[in-house]
Amino acid sequence: MEVTTKSMPYEAWKDNEYIEKLVNELRENGTNVVVGSLDKLINWGRSNSLWPLTFATSCCGIEFVSLGAARFDMARFGWEVARSSPRQADFMMVAGTIVLRMVPVFRRLYDQLAEPKYVIACGSCAISGGPFRNSYHVAKGIEDIVPVDVFVPGCPPRPEAMIYGIMQLSRKVKVERFFGGVNRQEKQEEFLAAHPVDGVND
Amino acid sequence: MSNISDKIQKLFPDYAVEEANVPIFTVPQEKWHDTAVALRDTADLALDYLVTIVGMDWTENLGAIYYLMSTKYDTIVGFKVLAAGDRQQPYIPSVADVWHVAGLYEREVYDFFGIIFIGNPDMRRLFLNIDWVGYPFRKDYDADPALNPVSIESERQSDFTDVYSLDENGKVVKGERRIFEKDDFVVNIGPQHPATHGVLRFRTAVDGETIKKIDVYMGYIHRGVEKLCENLMYPQTLHFMDRLDYFSAHNYHHALCMIIEKAAGIEISRRAQVIRVMMDELSRIASHCLFIGTYCMDLGATTMLFYTLRVREQILDIMEKTCGARMTFNYDCIGGVMQDLAPDFVQDVKALLATLPANLKEYNDVFTGNIIAKNRLEGVGVLSREDAIAYGVTGPSGRASGWACDMRKLQPYSIYPELDFEEVVATEGDSMARFKCRLHEIEQSAKILEQLVDNIPEGECCVKVPKMLKLPVGRWFQVTEGCRGAFGLYLESDGSAKPYRLKIAPPCLPQAAVVDHITRGQKIADLITIGGSMDYIVPDIDR
Repeated sequence: MEVTTKSMPYEAWKDNEYIEKLVNELRENGTNVVVGSLDKLINWGRSNSLWPLTFATSCCGIEFVSLGAARFDMARFGWEVARSSPRQADFMMVAGTIVLRMVPVFRRLYDQLAEPKYVIACGSCAISGGPFRNSYHVAKGIEDIVPVDVFVPGCPPRPEAMIYGIMQLSRKVKVERFFGGVNRQEKQEEFLAAHPVDGVND
Repeated sequence: MSNISDKIQKLFPDYAVEEANVPIFTVPQEKWHDTAVALRDTADLALDYLVTIVGMDWTENLGAIYYLMSTKYDTIVGFKVLAAGDRQQPYIPSVADVWHVAGLYEREVYDFFGIIFIGNPDMRRLFLNIDWVGYPFRKDYDADPALNPVSIESERQSDFTDVYSLDENGKVVKGERRIFEKDDFVVNIGPQHPATHGVLRFRTAVDGETIKKIDVYMGYIHRGVEKLCENLMYPQTLHFMDRLDYFSAHNYHHALCMIIEKAAGIEISRRAQVIRVMMDELSRIASHCLFIGTYCMDLGATTMLFYTLRVREQILDIMEKTCGARMTFNYDCIGGVMQDLAPDFVQDVKALLATLPANLKEYNDVFTGNIIAKNRLEGVGVLSREDAIAYGVTGPSGRASGWACDMRKLQPYSIYPELDFEEVVATEGDSMARFKCRLHEIEQSAKILEQLVDNIPEGECCVKVPKMLKLPVGRWFQVTEGCRGAFGLYLESDGSAKPYRLKIAPPCLPQAAVVDHITRGQKIADLITIGGSMDYIVPDIDR
């Protein structure tokens, strides 16, 4: 199974190993024909209409605005419906530095996202703290706070890089078992068990 | 400059004066409040604009340097006040009743240095959590992450603020004061809100639909840039300027390079000067374009974003060809600029200038003259000239209130004195005036570019500068014009290769704080109109 998105040949992706790993995981226990086809249909729909949460703390957010405008036009891919409420969004583009005061807010926003949910760490600040890593008030990457699906490096990443990142995410959505919980879901539950927040996780 | 020094010395003969690029007088802390009133009210000084308060830790004592400016005489002067008391509880009398914006700056100094300002009505922390341990900008700050761990628990909130006073024995007494009245209905707007332009939080007390009071809560993107700079060498500190107000990246870079060059006595070539100014003005156009786009989008006119981003992308292309990046350019360096202009720079700028008038006309046709826009903007959020000065609102927002505060004119730097451009000043002070000021500033920036585009002199773009740049002992202060207003930089050197203190005085901090003042009594729907028209950038507020 070659997992790719529309008009992007499989060979053009730079990192097919990880997606092949996910495909193998998906195949491991075999699939019921009916459930498998239904999965495929649902994932096709979901991967082509990923709605981002408008969440930007700094510079990367401006490149995200450029991404939404006419030149880079993320509407081509079905991502243009940027939602202001986490309840209506599918994924969170963490564009910018997360500082200590923001951490609880950021974590709550993540908890408020409706399942299934995804996170893209966009830019070096979100990945590792970036140029502010040594600061007393900056979280050294968001990986300790929420589980991350895709990392987009850059300071800030170019809009093309962001497009590539979200395309990777839509590929990931395609190899998920919507009903069975293979791939994404278990990892997330493990993560939440290791990083609990009072009153949010049951 | 010597003129103002003489005047102050005549008035206060016993204050020692230190000659720096801006003269600094030392004032004993017990006389500071009376001195401040005199400085503001004496007719031939009229120091009515507080540029910034620089908190300082000189290890043996703590203190603050106040930079004041006169809007009447365009003079600038500093006052150094050493804190009384020991390091556990240092204090200085507050001047929040003299210059309104001082209340905010004092909170910032308290947050970073732990200096208590006696009489400040709101002596809370500004950027850090209520329970933060230690004062990070002190030289003996313990940065152990165990003291202030990363926590996903919500931070403690308080309805009370601290006030400090002195009792008859001269001891500091702590008191409490309510931020909101007891039966106020408080709504949280932000930090995650699409129209706060970033992660700013307004705790808004409302009476029905009318705003009673706003408590502006900052620090959701406080990254401690000033402290980080103290551990980096001068060329390394530059890149942080790109990430404060990322639209004024060139302007801020220019400012920091200039102050370091001034301190080190480096003369840069004429070509580099011209390139820097051209980049500044291109940034200004791009910044104002994005302002127009996002502001109109906040008000519901989403189409404008696409029109204005078209121009912005054109400018970003020009910059990308020369600087190699779309944002965070890191282009200006100590001694000039990183690399020479791209071969088709001149041609591209000319193409931009050719299309700009048609674009501006389009913006005016689509939005400015629109009856909906007029109804939503005109007469909304009026800021008077006096208040703009008292609250330190500079830039296009201040100029819309009739205060001619363009630092390119008041504190001329680089090649600006030779250029022919007008300072855009309006008198209405409402949201529409602030919007129009920015539109007209685009025209003026274009005018500057037109003068320069054919006159870029030949020569080297960067002079040789030692890699281990050490500055002489001293302190420097300088105000320049970013895209959003007066950008102050204070640099203190102890003779090493790293700054002893680098204070950044951003224009956006007072602009966000003034929202409380101008929204009182307005409808809550107008909060977006008013906040948007101020055009603050949150990473610039928080640093």
